[in-house]
Amino acid sequence: MTGALTGFLEASVRTATPLALAALGEVMVERAGVINIGLEGIILAGAFGALVGAGGGSLVSGFCVGAVSGLCIAALFALFAVTMRADQIITGTAVNLLALGLTGALYRGLYGATGAALTIPTTGSLPLPLLTRVPVLGPVLFDQPAPTYFVYAAAPVLWWWLYRTHWGLAVRAVGERPESARVAGIAARRWRWVTLLLGGAMGGIAGATLVLSQAGTFAEGISAGRGFIAIAIVVLGGWNPIGVLIASLLFGAASALQYLFQAMGWNVPYQLFLALPYVLTLLALAGFAGRRIQAPAALGRAI
Amino acid sequence: MRADHPPRRIVGTLAGVAAATVVVCASLALLWLALLLAGLDATRALAALWNGSFGSGYALTSSTLVRATPLILTGLAVAVAFRAGVWNIGADGQLLIGAAAAAAVGLAWGGALGPAAIPLALAIGTLGGAAWAGIAAVLRTRFGVLEVISTIMLNFIALNLVGYLVRGPLQEPTHAYPQSSEIPTDMHLPAIVSGTRLHWGFVVAVAAAVALWWGLRSTAAGFRVRAVGANAEAARIAGQIDVPRTTTHVLLLSGALAGLAGAIELTGVTFALYENISPGYGYTAIAVALLAGLDSLGVIATGILFGALEAGALSMQREAAVPAVVVTVVEAALVLLLLALTRWRGGSTAILARFAGTNSAAPEDVS
Repeated sequence: MTGALTGFLEASVRTATPLALAALGEVMVERAGVINIGLEGIILAGAFGALVGAGGGSLVSGFCVGAVSGLCIAALFALFAVTMRADQIITGTAVNLLALGLTGALYRGLYGATGAALTIPTTGSLPLPLLTRVPVLGPVLFDQPAPTYFVYAAAPVLWWWLYRTHWGLAVRAVGERPESARVAGIAARRWRWVTLLLGGAMGGIAGATLVLSQAGTFAEGISAGRGFIAIAIVVLGGWNPIGVLIASLLFGAASALQYLFQAMGWNVPYQLFLALPYVLTLLALAGFAGRRIQAPAALGRAI
Repeated sequence: MRADHPPRRIVGTLAGVAAATVVVCASLALLWLALLLAGLDATRALAALWNGSFGSGYALTSSTLVRATPLILTGLAVAVAFRAGVWNIGADGQLLIGAAAAAAVGLAWGGALGPAAIPLALAIGTLGGAAWAGIAAVLRTRFGVLEVISTIMLNFIALNLVGYLVRGPLQEPTHAYPQSSEIPTDMHLPAIVSGTRLHWGFVVAVAAAVALWWGLRSTAAGFRVRAVGANAEAARIAGQIDVPRTTTHVLLLSGALAGLAGAIELTGVTFALYENISPGYGYTAIAVALLAGLDSLGVIATGILFGALEAGALSMQREAAVPAVVVTVVEAALVLLLLALTRWRGGSTAILARFAGTNSAAPEDVS
């Protein structure tokens, strides 16, 4: 029983990691007033980039190429949605199609249709000394691969950056009142570019984590809707990095329930678990009906 | 009330057609260039693309137009929603539910229905799609959940639901394959011309496009849809239009069209329910609708064009060893070029402002 529970919690944190990475990047982006539906494509590009980068045998280059791939897709999005003031939803949809097509074609072109035999290095878990010995939570939180620790660090740093620095204030101003921000001397479009590029790199790392820390390989469409869930997580987390971290863990737990049920020997169709995060998203979003969520006022508006 | 002066309307249409033509040619040129850079036989690939789509009567009727049918219907679903400023990204899920509903009815009673089988299947599919979109409508009007997000979530839920159905209640009797049994032959849509695969569903799709074009242009309901899409706030105040009600109706209609596409795909092409009955029609539909400038009649043309692209891509894969998935890149390039050339700017403003709460009627931009 305890073993199953620990396994479930450990799996929750592991599943939550790429979601949290992508969602923390998207928080910045949305705080600057941009909704990037293309996050799904960014994660996919990051995953493919990680495969290419790690193909040479180096994990570091895997994560780097993954991050750069995500950044490139985000730059394309920014070119259209920020510089050319195109509609954000339509641009995002097009970017997703592009990433899906490009990664699919390149994967088949570079590795053949049966690239399953590819072996790439993967990150093992990296137990932190002392902390792992904390009862129950120790092994759950501190016996994880490196990207998870990056998430632990990134959430508070991002919170501090957004709420306690001049740059964070500038970003939030752009998301709320871009015209006023401009009058105050803030380069509104430049901040949208900066946050999009940073968010793209985070999304790329999220994709790289899927490949290098979880699946151990690439498959077409491996992102499997995580980009969309990350966008929902941003809403649930109230556009706040700490809230986003908690919401990601909840989603990780929902996905990991499948392992718990398997461990307990309960026979439930696995599609139910696959659908659960999406159902939960809808229920949770509907649950906000009563109270006002503080969305950035200029979210989705071209400037 | 006619919104457009005739001369402007013609100029607008011509400009739209010109932009669409430029965009299509440019995308194909990009594809050619990309294939060359990849060291592939680009000329041969494009020849295969042509042969597999418009190159012969058989390719046109049995591949392109068959493929175009669900794209026209889902394209209409997206076009009517976007017209009203409703971001239905969920046509794919609505199509799946339409196909699943039609399959369930066909497998349960199909043999006993006789000539009523086909109309019933299409009606049930239509209702299924509308009901699935109805979830998003309720979530939006009652709970303030943005339909951009809810319809995407519902796509994944529908996909898993169909995945469960073809491995559970609707699985074929041997339980060997994740698919349903074949629906009774009474429920198969007949071919328009015998010897081809082109079925009457194509005619239904074209008829739906004409009906929608007329309805949007010439009825009070059509005017409400266009008014809400142009400026929801003005429609509410000056036009006394019930915006949430119109939004709900549009989502139901949009889902109905996508559901009909699913039922037609089932009764005209696959004859059994499969998990991957839609290769992403509902997403391609967004490109179909945008390239048509959200014009219902234009969707017929762009639906056929995208049907040709996808049909041609398959022959490109067979004859020139170019992965069919590159056509997705072409579609993406099409949309991006269109964004660069035309004015699709800042359209999501009105919708996203409602992130803030259920009853947010605040002016979008007073700064």
